[in-house]
Amino acid sequence: MKSFKNHLSLIMAIVTILFSLQIFTITERAIDAYESNLKENYSIVVVSEKKISQKTFQQMHPLIKKSELISADHVLKNIKLQMKQTNIKLLKTALPKFYRIHLSKFPSPDQIDAITNAIKEHVGVTRVESFENSHNTTYKLLLLFKQVVLVLAIFIFVVTSLLMLKEMRIWQFQHTERMSIMALFGAPVWLRSAVLFRLAVIDALLATLIACIVFVGMVNYGWIESELDVIGIHITIFDLFNDGLSMLMLALGLSLFLATMIVLGHKEEV
Amino acid sequence: MDKVIYAHNLSLAYNDRETIINDTSFSIESGSFVFITGASGSGKSTLLKSFYGAITPKRGDLIVGGVELSDIAPKKLNLLRRHLGIVFQNYRLVNEWSIEKNVMLPLIISGYSKEVSTSQVEKLLRHVKLSHQTGKYPQELSGGEQQRVAMARALSHNPILILADEPTGNLDDYSSQVIWNLLQGANLQLKTTVVVVTHNIPKTLNLEYKHFHLENGVLNEVL
Repeated sequence: MKSFKNHLSLIMAIVTILFSLQIFTITERAIDAYESNLKENYSIVVVSEKKISQKTFQQMHPLIKKSELISADHVLKNIKLQMKQTNIKLLKTALPKFYRIHLSKFPSPDQIDAITNAIKEHVGVTRVESFENSHNTTYKLLLLFKQVVLVLAIFIFVVTSLLMLKEMRIWQFQHTERMSIMALFGAPVWLRSAVLFRLAVIDALLATLIACIVFVGMVNYGWIESELDVIGIHITIFDLFNDGLSMLMLALGLSLFLATMIVLGHKEEV
Repeated sequence: MDKVIYAHNLSLAYNDRETIINDTSFSIESGSFVFITGASGSGKSTLLKSFYGAITPKRGDLIVGGVELSDIAPKKLNLLRRHLGIVFQNYRLVNEWSIEKNVMLPLIISGYSKEVSTSQVEKLLRHVKLSHQTGKYPQELSGGEQQRVAMARALSHNPILILADEPTGNLDDYSSQVIWNLLQGANLQLKTTVVVVTHNIPKTLNLEYKHFHLENGVLNEVL
């Protein structure tokens, strides 16, 4: 029973760390998906008297991914009804070219300024509309969200580090006497440490299994996915193969690190 | 007769502090039964610890089982310890292991097969009259029974030398007598050298023994 309790305390510590890792991964994925959504929906409108090719636009700034010409019909559709067909034809020929510019990533306000200035410098460009105000608000919100996640990650790191330290002390207390007794009868270091490493591997496997079961259950329940769907974010909450493997690697790495520290820190009692 | 322990101008100290054993010379012959007595704090246990390499000599020579212990490599020390049986006052059993596994420990370390180890453990548990307690853990046994398990562990791998530090210090008269009988049996029947650190030499022993007394850091034979 005592041995089970000892196992449980380490397993729970590892499960907490794995849980934190996966929650952080989910948050990162959600932010990335949201940023990607913003990038898709965001564009800069350019008005130019001369035709500008996509290649020319791309040469203006590295963030410019593609450009599309907005059809004159689209520009004129609101005033079409009140004008004669011949006037519309005349107006079409006189109208400047309208371009919608798509970027390769969601830009910062400084990058928008740089892109706007680069486009403005081109001969024939009369106006560049970057919708700066609404963009800035969204960008600042995203930045805030990222910082909150970062603070949360640091907090989790500190807490889990303390948990690990506590576990290390418990393990040291539990295993020092046995390792000393084994040393008195001439056991080599690998044999003295074998029990410790076996326990470390077993606990890591059990902790990974528990964490995987919880996250698979969470995916099946579907609550988080439906909440994210509402804001248009579609992400993988838990990928049993990739995320499970990352969890296993982290759990094994942590517990083996713990065991190694105990073995290295072990001094024979005199 | 071969000398199983040989010390020449031996000095022992914990770190660089005060010297506990000071420039002493002695030898213990193979197959002998030796008592080391002395007042509390005289350094008896420290001297015994030096025999199994837990303390390295500060000065002088110390040879145990033909192995020089000054500046000994860890690998060589492990090999030496596989030929020693150590008994402590506080038993020092692994509490999370069954008594069989505790007794089996030196056999596992020495690389005996499972069959040989199991049969040796059964034999020894019968010898120390604990075969009815198999499957139990140390904390489920009395102090006397735990010391019998420790004795069985010390004997399991047929050591050349048994080192016992106050082996009856925590036991009642009956349990003490059982332990003395086991040590006496190992010496008489198996010809194992036995070195016991104690306050009092039992009067009930039926064997010849040597008596060393430790005083002011020097070990002298009491004739």
